[in-house]
Amino acid sequence: MTSRTCPILGLKIERHAEWLVRVNAVTAIVFFLVGVIAALLLVLTRWQAVHYLTAPWYYRVLTAHGLNMLIFFIIFFEMAVLYFAGPIMLNCRVPAPGVGWASFGLMLLGALMVNYYVWAGKADVLFTSYVPMKAHPGYYLGIILFAVGALVVTGLFFAALVVARREKTYKGSVPLVTFGAFTAAVIAVITLLHGAIIYIPTFLWSLGLMDMDAEMYRMVWWGLGHSSQQINVAAHVACWYLLAGLTVGGVVLNEKVSRTAYVLYVLFISMASAHHLLVDPGLSAPWKIWNTSYAMYLAVLASMIHGFTVPGGIEAGMRLRGFNQGLFQWLTRAPWFDPGFSALWLSLVIFGFGGGITGVVIGTEQINIIAHNTLRIPGHFHMTVVAGTALCFMGVTYYVIPLIFRRRVALWPLARVQPFLFGAGISLMAIGMTYAGGFGVPRRHWDISFTNAAFSIEFPPIVDLFMALVGIGGILAAVGGLSYVAVAVLSLLGRPLSDSELKEGGPGIPQGISSLPPQSYSVEETEAAHSRGCPGTMVLVFIFLAAFVVYYFANWKLLALIWKVG
Amino acid sequence: MKGLHSGLVSPEGNWWEPVGKQEKTWVTISFIWCMLLFAMMPLWHFKGGQNPSSGVRSKVDAQAFRERHQRFVKDYQVMVDGQPLMDGKDKNIPVVAPPPGSEVYIQASMWTWSPVLRLQKGATYSVHLSSVDLNHGFSLYPLNLNLQVVPGYDYNLKMTPNQTGEFRIICNEFCGIGHHMMVGKVEVVE
Ligand code: HEM
Ligand SMILES: [Cu+2]
Ligand SMILES: [Cu+2]
Repeated sequence: MTSRTCPILGLKIERHAEWLVRVNAVTAIVFFLVGVIAALLLVLTRWQAVHYLTAPWYYRVLTAHGLNMLIFFIIFFEMAVLYFAGPIMLNCRVPAPGVGWASFGLMLLGALMVNYYVWAGKADVLFTSYVPMKAHPGYYLGIILFAVGALVVTGLFFAALVVARREKTYKGSVPLVTFGAFTAAVIAVITLLHGAIIYIPTFLWSLGLMDMDAEMYRMVWWGLGHSSQQINVAAHVACWYLLAGLTVGGVVLNEKVSRTAYVLYVLFISMASAHHLLVDPGLSAPWKIWNTSYAMYLAVLASMIHGFTVPGGIEAGMRLRGFNQGLFQWLTRAPWFDPGFSALWLSLVIFGFGGGITGVVIGTEQINIIAHNTLRIPGHFHMTVVAGTALCFMGVTYYVIPLIFRRRVALWPLARVQPFLFGAGISLMAIGMTYAGGFGVPRRHWDISFTNAAFSIEFPPIVDLFMALVGIGGILAAVGGLSYVAVAVLSLLGRPLSDSELKEGGPGIPQGISSLPPQSYSVEETEAAHSRGCPGTMVLVFIFLAAFVVYYFANWKLLALIWKVG
Repeated sequence: MKGLHSGLVSPEGNWWEPVGKQEKTWVTISFIWCMLLFAMMPLWHFKGGQNPSSGVRSKVDAQAFRERHQRFVKDYQVMVDGQPLMDGKDKNIPVVAPPPGSEVYIQASMWTWSPVLRLQKGATYSVHLSSVDLNHGFSLYPLNLNLQVVPGYDYNLKMTPNQTGEFRIICNEFCGIGHHMMVGKVEVVE
């Protein structure tokens, strides 16, 4: 198989690996487009002043949005990440390219089947498909095919690690980015096994061949549903390190610390499904407490560690390059209009301050009473998987376009602001959702004016304000999402670049490509860096901790106001 | 000591190096915070009044729950002029006033919460929640008290209203095309 040498990173890139990254990434973006159009329709329906879709279509589009975004977009993109972090970063071949292409085909077939049944109105069950609500058997079969394909790709990734080691295509240990992708792949295996355990019986049940227990289903389904969020976290943290290195020469402060934090993700994934079952019947308090905290919050600890080492590594890298004044020159002088950098930074900040804090709070056994199934929940996860994972993946796209597709990023002025549009939109929407949810506004609900209900309800006027924020923020985010698709598609239609054009830079080529910052430093420079430390990051993480503490205890206070229950 | 490098570089040799002071500080503080987060949950079981996993929870079949709910309605139904008092837009949901300390059965079905409850402030009730068809979501408005209602399971929790007034039960788990019209009512009197 032919290969080429990347003029920027000096990696040997094999054609199969290159094309598998390309095809999986493009497919991801197509599903993202479907998801964004659905998102816009949902926003325009939840914003009661507009209330666009009819009830059946709201639930149908909600089903389609959840699946196309959370499952198909994210996982196809992660497949691309696995091929990049595996064969490409390790300089090796794809062990069995035919298998790679076959599993891609399987995943695509599954995703298309699911979309067919959803849009045809044969699976109005939302992406969770809680039994005994029933969809067409073809819907479950589609999910199974998709999951099997994904499982095979993780297998290929492990095989690539073995091949690379055996063929000695790299020296020492695998890079941190690859190590992160490795932990994501390990978690993916655990997750996909849960998926098999739940979807195969459900498929049989939908054919009338066996019985299903509603609570059992919820428990195992969320073993898939929440663990898969842990894949996303591990994958986007790996992409943070990747983008930090590419955009500003961010360093790894300490390999031991970062890798141990990744291992914590794998070890303490536990029964992550507990998050979703805190106010469910049939489960004991110790089970809920142990599992909702992922065994004493050690996975949260891992995220808090990365939350220090990623900005700290950026700070150290920028200081090594001379941006040494004061506490924050490393930030003020960062390349803010490199969409790779802005996406990384916004993803980090919104994920940490927004998604992370709200997640721990609403995932607390008792506090969940005042959050479960309200809009606080989508408020939370649009700050984790959307502003965290999706936005980070967008930033990666802006580097993959020149590195792997060898194209200029099209509509460059738009691309330079796209992460801000998307990040701001999602944040506004999520803030609106979080506060509206605090007043008891339900998620997954077509009509909060409750026309035709047995009893009337009128939310206080402030809720209208928060729902308008959902509307405006959501539209802004959708514009940001559509811009991303437009940039990506037009870029691919552009003409291929030669090596020298890539190195030359100019509009459409992120600054990290045309002038790649240093990726390693001498011992003397390192000593200086260690003695400087990361004072700016220290300030930031303590602001974070203060926000965390305040929000956490404020929620206990709110909980204590309601009726005694238990 | 070895040179610093980015996450794209394969580290050679032994990278198991001592941890810097700032990282140590942050990891230690984070660890303590995580333990505190963890301790709060068991602590609230002893000191706090809201615990969704206390009480007895058991499996119950839909038919049995439906019958138990009917018996509960018959026992404590509010009568006006010898007629059962009915409420709701279609006047088809019975109003029930269980005595303090009694067992209360709330039945969720597509797309009704039954019955309408009349409770007393400060009294404690042993509430049983279940569904006779799909998953539903019990969301007491405007308190924002939320519980999952799962078919086949009896969710039994003690509840003590601490204020008077009219409350609503919003269904906040998708339960089919009538989901957004599924609203129930709870009254709390002195
Ligand atoms: C483009 C910007 C986006 C906007 C404006 C948006 C907006 C929305 C809205 C309005 C809802 C409905 C909430 C409800 O009525 O309960 C929703 C649900 C959801 N969104 Fe998004 N979203 C966006 C992107 C994404 C992405 C990228 C993902 C995943 C990676 C995602 C995952 C979900 C999920 C899982 C749900 C829940 C579906 C359910 O309850 O069944 N969204 N989103
Ligand atoms: Cu319902
Ligand atoms: Cu419902």
